[in-house]
Amino acid sequence: MNLHEYQAKQLFREYGIAVSEGLSASSSNEAEEMALSLNVDKWVVKAQVHAGGRGKAGGVEVVSTIEEVKEFAEKWLGNNLVTFQTDEKGQPVNEILIETCTNIDQELYLGAVIDRASQRLVVMASTEGGVNIEEVAEKTPEKIFKQEIDPINGPDDSQARSLSEELGLNALQADQFLNIFNGLVNLFLEKDLSLVEVNPLVITDQGNLICLDAKINVDSNALYRQEDVEVLRDPSQEDPREARAAEWDLSYVALDGNIGCMVNGAGLAMGTMDIIKLHGGEPANFLDVGGTADSKRVAEAFKIILSDENVKTVLINIFGGIVRCDVIADGIVEALTVMGVEVPVVVRLEGNSADKGIKILDECALNIIPAANLEEAASLAVKASKGVS
Amino acid sequence: MSILLDKNTKVICQGFTGGQATQHCIQCIDYGTQLVGGVTPGKGGQEHLDLPVFNTVKEAVDATGATASLIFVPAKFCKSSILEAAESGISLIVCITEGIPTIDMLEVKLRCDQMGVRLIGPNCPGIITPGESKMGIMPGDIHLPGKVGIISRSGTLTYEAVKQTSDLGFGQTSCVGIGGDPIPGTSFIDVLELFQDDQSTEAIVMVGEIGGTAEESAAEFIQSNVTKPVVSYIAGVTAPPGKRMGHAGAIIAGGKGTAEDKYKALESAGVYTVKSPADIGKGIAEVTGW
Repeated sequence: MNLHEYQAKQLFREYGIAVSEGLSASSSNEAEEMALSLNVDKWVVKAQVHAGGRGKAGGVEVVSTIEEVKEFAEKWLGNNLVTFQTDEKGQPVNEILIETCTNIDQELYLGAVIDRASQRLVVMASTEGGVNIEEVAEKTPEKIFKQEIDPINGPDDSQARSLSEELGLNALQADQFLNIFNGLVNLFLEKDLSLVEVNPLVITDQGNLICLDAKINVDSNALYRQEDVEVLRDPSQEDPREARAAEWDLSYVALDGNIGCMVNGAGLAMGTMDIIKLHGGEPANFLDVGGTADSKRVAEAFKIILSDENVKTVLINIFGGIVRCDVIADGIVEALTVMGVEVPVVVRLEGNSADKGIKILDECALNIIPAANLEEAASLAVKASKGVS
Repeated sequence: MSILLDKNTKVICQGFTGGQATQHCIQCIDYGTQLVGGVTPGKGGQEHLDLPVFNTVKEAVDATGATASLIFVPAKFCKSSILEAAESGISLIVCITEGIPTIDMLEVKLRCDQMGVRLIGPNCPGIITPGESKMGIMPGDIHLPGKVGIISRSGTLTYEAVKQTSDLGFGQTSCVGIGGDPIPGTSFIDVLELFQDDQSTEAIVMVGEIGGTAEESAAEFIQSNVTKPVVSYIAGVTAPPGKRMGHAGAIIAGGKGTAEDKYKALESAGVYTVKSPADIGKGIAEVTGW
C-alpha cells in the first residue's frame, strides 16, 4: 500500500526526521489559509498522487504569491495528473501539499528497502540525489553506499557514521544524519514498511540536512497490526476493479487484452497469461482466486472480469490443491446462470476433486467449453476470442 | 531415495484442530505421512483425527519424537509458531500460511539459519516425496515415485510440472514448493544442492517467476555445482512492470526481476528453458532422452 507524500512526511515528523514545514489542503480556500499560516513569502506547492515524475508533469511549482497558490490549487484539485509513471488518464489530485521553500546547496539520496538477496533491511545513501536513482545504481553502482540492518539487534550508530563519512558530511551534518538514519530505520521496522525513499535529501544553504520528498510503501500483509497506517489508504489512487477484487481477497491486475482469466495460484495465473500469448492471444487480466475460493468468490471474480468490456472470452484454469474443483464448478454454474454470461467460457479443471467438477459442468445446460489440459485450454480460448469455433 | 522427507519422518501439525489443517492432515495421513500428533494451545490432552493434541511443540516432541512440523496457524501467529518449533528440536518446518509480514520473516529466517533448522515456505504448497510422505496441501494422486526433482516458487505451477512428469512416466523423487514470498525459508540453491547430492534424482525441474534475483543466483550455482540436467520455466513474461502479480515477491521493480533476465541467466548457465508452462515435461524428455 502506498502513502501520499504529505502522509509520509507526517510519519517522518513523528519519528523526528527533519522535513520542510508544510500543510495539506483539499480546496483552494484551504490552500490559501495554509499558505498564509506558514508565514513565508515563497512556497512549494505539490500535487498529491501515488506516482513519481510529478515535477516534470507540472505537478510541483515554486510560487511567490497567494494568488499563485490558489491558481495551482484550482488547476489541480479535482483533476488528474498524468506523469510518466501513470497511465494516460493519470491519477486524481484530491489534496495538495503547501510547503516552505528550501534553498538547496546539495542533493543527496536516502532509501531503505528489504533486500531479498541479503535477507536484511538495507539502508542506501548516495551523493547522486534528485535524479533517477535506478540509473545511478545501473551505471555507477560505486556511488551508492549501503548498510545492512541486523534483524535481531537493530541499527548501530557506527552504520550511520560510516554512511555520513561516505557522503562527505561535516560533523554537524553527521549528527543530523544519525538522527535521520535511526528515525528512518525505526519507522520502517515499527510501521512494517516495504520501502522508504527520500529523493532528494538535501543540504540547505544553511548547511542543514532536510528531507524534501518522502515516499513510503507499506507491507499490505502487516496492515492488521498497523491500524493508524491503514486509515491512510486512499482508494481514489487505486484501480477500482483492483480495489474491489482486494475486498474479496481476489488478486486482480487489469491488462490490455480480451481474454479474461480466472486462475488459482499466482504462478499459474502468470503461466496462463504467458501461454495465451504464445498461442497468439492477449490476456485481459491477471486474476488469482486464491486458495480458499468458494462459489461467491468465483461469482465475484466473474463480475470483475466481465466489467472489462474488452473481454471476449473467459478462460478458467484451476489446478486444485487447497481449492476443490467441484466447489469451483458449482460457483461457475451459479455465476453463469445468475449473470447470464454471454461470452464463451473455456474451463480446465485438474487436481483436487476434478472428476466431480467436470461432471458438474458436463451436466449443466450452459455454454461451457471444456479443456483437457492447459495447452488445449489456451488454444480454445484464443480461438474463441477471435470468433473462431 | 528422496530429500528432506521420507516415510519414516515423524510429523506434527501446528494449528492442528483448525479447518484447513484438519482437511489437509486427513489427506496427508491417507497419503502415508507419519503424522504423530498436533499442537493447538489450550486444547492439549484432547484427541483429534485419533491423534494426541498438545499445548506446546515441546510437549509434542517429547511425547512423540517428531522431527518435522507442518504449520497452518494464522499469519499473525506464524513468527512465534515457527520459532517455537525451531527452539523445540524440530529440524524440518513447513509453513503453508500466506500473508506473513516480511519484517517477521527477516528475524525468523535468521534465527532458523542460526539454529540449523530447515524452514520451507511460508506461503507454499509444502514438500512431498511421492509414494512415501507429504507435508503440504498438494493433491497426492498426481504424483508418481520416480527420478525428477522439482523445485518451485509457485504452488499450482508445481502441480503442473508434477502432472506432466507423471503423465510421461518419469515420476518424481521429491517436490519442494519454496513459496512466493520475498524472504523464503529455503532458496532454490538450497534445494538444488540437495537434489544434486541425491542419488536417485536424475533430472531437475526449476519453476521460477518474476521478481527478485533468486533465479539468477540459482543460475550461477547451477553453472558451477549442478551436473544433472535442469529444465526451467519462468512465469510472467507477459507481466507488466510495477504491478504485483499476487505473490508478495512477484513484482518487476526498478527494471529488475524480469522473466527475460532470468531466462538469459539460466540459459547461459546451461539450463534448458521452456517458454510455455505446458512444455515442462517435454523439456525433461528432451534433455534426458527418456
